Amino acid sequence: MFDIDATRPASPFYQESHQQWREQLRKFVDREIMPHINDWEESGELPDSLWHKAADMGLLQQGYPEAFGGISEGIDNFHMIVTAQELARCGAGGLYATLLVHGIALPPVVHYASDATRDAVIPAVLDGRAHISLAITEPGGGSDVANLRTRAVADGDDWIVSGEKTYITGGMRANWFTTAVRTGEDGLEGISLLLIPADANGVSRTPLDKKQGWWCSDTATIHFDEVRVPATNLVGEVNRGFIPIVHNFNHERLAIAASCIEYARVCLQDAIDWAAERVTFGRPLSKRQVIRHKFAEMLQRINASQAYLELCAWQDMHLQLKPADVALLKVQATQTMEYCAREAMQVIGGASYIRGCRVERIYREVRVNAIGGGSEEIMRDLAVRQLGI
Amino acid sequence: MKVLVAVKRVVDYNVKVRPKADGSDVDIANVKMSINPFCEIAVEEAVRLKEKGVASEIVVVSMGPKQCQEQIRTALALGADRGIHVETDAELQPLAVAKCLNALVAKESPELVIMGKQSIDGDNNQTGQMLGALSGLPQGTFASEVNVADGKVAVTREVDGGLQTVSLSLPAIVTTDLRLNEPRYAKLPDIMKAKRKPVENVSPEDLGVDVAPRTKTLKVEPPAQRQAGIKVSDVSELVEKLKNEAKVI
Ligand SMILES: Cc1cc2nc3c(=O)[nH]c(=O)nc-3n(C[C@H](O)[C@H](O)[C@H](O)COP(=O)(O)OP(=O)(O)OC[C@H]3O[C@@H](n4cnc5c(N)ncnc54)[C@H](O)[C@@H]3O)c2cc1C
Repeated sequence: MFDIDATRPASPFYQESHQQWREQLRKFVDREIMPHINDWEESGELPDSLWHKAADMGLLQQGYPEAFGGISEGIDNFHMIVTAQELARCGAGGLYATLLVHGIALPPVVHYASDATRDAVIPAVLDGRAHISLAITEPGGGSDVANLRTRAVADGDDWIVSGEKTYITGGMRANWFTTAVRTGEDGLEGISLLLIPADANGVSRTPLDKKQGWWCSDTATIHFDEVRVPATNLVGEVNRGFIPIVHNFNHERLAIAASCIEYARVCLQDAIDWAAERVTFGRPLSKRQVIRHKFAEMLQRINASQAYLELCAWQDMHLQLKPADVALLKVQATQTMEYCAREAMQVIGGASYIRGCRVERIYREVRVNAIGGGSEEIMRDLAVRQLGI
Repeated sequence: MKVLVAVKRVVDYNVKVRPKADGSDVDIANVKMSINPFCEIAVEEAVRLKEKGVASEIVVVSMGPKQCQEQIRTALALGADRGIHVETDAELQPLAVAKCLNALVAKESPELVIMGKQSIDGDNNQTGQMLGALSGLPQGTFASEVNVADGKVAVTREVDGGLQTVSLSLPAIVTTDLRLNEPRYAKLPDIMKAKRKPVENVSPEDLGVDVAPRTKTLKVEPPAQRQAGIKVSDVSELVEKLKNEAKVI
């Protein structure tokens, strides 16, 4: 097997604990995930035991306050990058997106919810006992958050919620939904964030289990039919929900970018290994210049993307990360994934079209990354607007 | 009970090494380094003894350049309590390592020393035995099972043709074989906490040991390239070739 790690340029950002975390997590993935991922993909679900093992390893708690059972001392963005990229080696994006879906749903609770809510939710999620999903997108649209229609009406000390959310990752398993609802006027200034328990009266869900990719992920449509939610479940202030929503965008996009770059690297790895073995017209594929140049171009894009990722991650820690940069980084990463998935399939040929091959799966998972978490079009638009172009 | 565990920094088992162009040595510039797998098993065994309440303190020692700190930290993350780094940039051969360990055994008085049966770089399989000779402590090598009770350690050894169990009185030296245990992975919180565990830095001179090499490597070259094989069309052709060309039957 070609040593793909040798193609990672030395980077000043990784210290000893990052290296150790990479080493240990790699063993965890090799032992606990790699042997099962094909089965999980085919059966369309991840076992509960995976959350318990992940909690035992410290995966779920990473970056959350110690007071709630998290692990935060000394943890930085580069541990997060290592986590995203090592988990990506299984070549099934549904695993990372689902196992760590609280990475998008829990931070608003951590930073903006009441103490009682935080005590009830955070420790349970961090030790893998309970699950939380983020519910923003609606059948009526995902990019245009300002126009969402799920409505919450005040009734005494409660909110009464009606509406529908869709494409919600982890939606079938979730115990809570961090939900964007309309509490006021049209537009962004009328949106609030509300924590809705999945077992509240009036909540129902439908699995979206026929997907192009992310098969092991439980994606769902969530229906709210006059669901009564205590006002204390409000996350942040009334009609100021966009603050907690936007708060986490940078981290979500950094994490998506990190994983997409690694999916690209997996494609390169599998293509190189295949080409070394495959003989056509009397010579190994890996000796053909046309094929070798594909590897060069894949690697060139992967390394450039990784460098941009690491600069963004560093900026986020030490200065202020410009949303424009992280938006362009996300596009850079999904396009690199797209390019490498395509090229790797060309190199591997027919075998890459058969299920069970990592490249086949990654090829099917390009679009969900290019659309979810801020689509390429929306990211580019945001970048130029933010830069005043 | 205090346990001393030796860990060596070696080229990671996944890396395919190549000789240097001048044939002086194996080229290990910029390759991934890890804890020697047998040493990792030694750490795991010590941690299990501690979890069982048999061991009270685990001291991990590594010898070599500054970067050996990484392997010490990994052992600390896996559950060792403190580290000793015998720092030197000199080439270390088994006898020099055994002498340093012997000095540390005298200083620390552990009741059990656990180390790998060999390291996957030199594959010497000498250090444990040399330490046994230098220290006068009993040794149980190639352990596939270790049981400590009543001031003794029972070591089941993997020997040609089966298993042999020896009983050693403590203090003693055990070297690990592959089947002794399956090492755990270090958890994130333990990796972060390991940063705060103490690591003492000493030199071979501090220990009064002369580490000068006793053997000299003359030349390192890659194994001869194998000729490509051929496909035979049927069994009779195979038999014919084995008889007349290979002359093995
Ligand atoms: C598997 C999966 C999991 C998901 N998980 C979650 C989740 O956990 N929680 C959640 O809330 N959402 C989730 N989503 C939803 C995702 O965030 C949305 O799909 C995304 O925001 C895009 O919204 P949309 O699908 O409604 O497309 P639309 O917003 O309708 O956009 C359609 C297309 O039009 C483009 N477009 C939109 N507006 C413009 C414009 N002004 N100018 C030019 N082009 C434009 C977009 O780029 C896109 O290409 C998930 C989606 C998938 C597929």
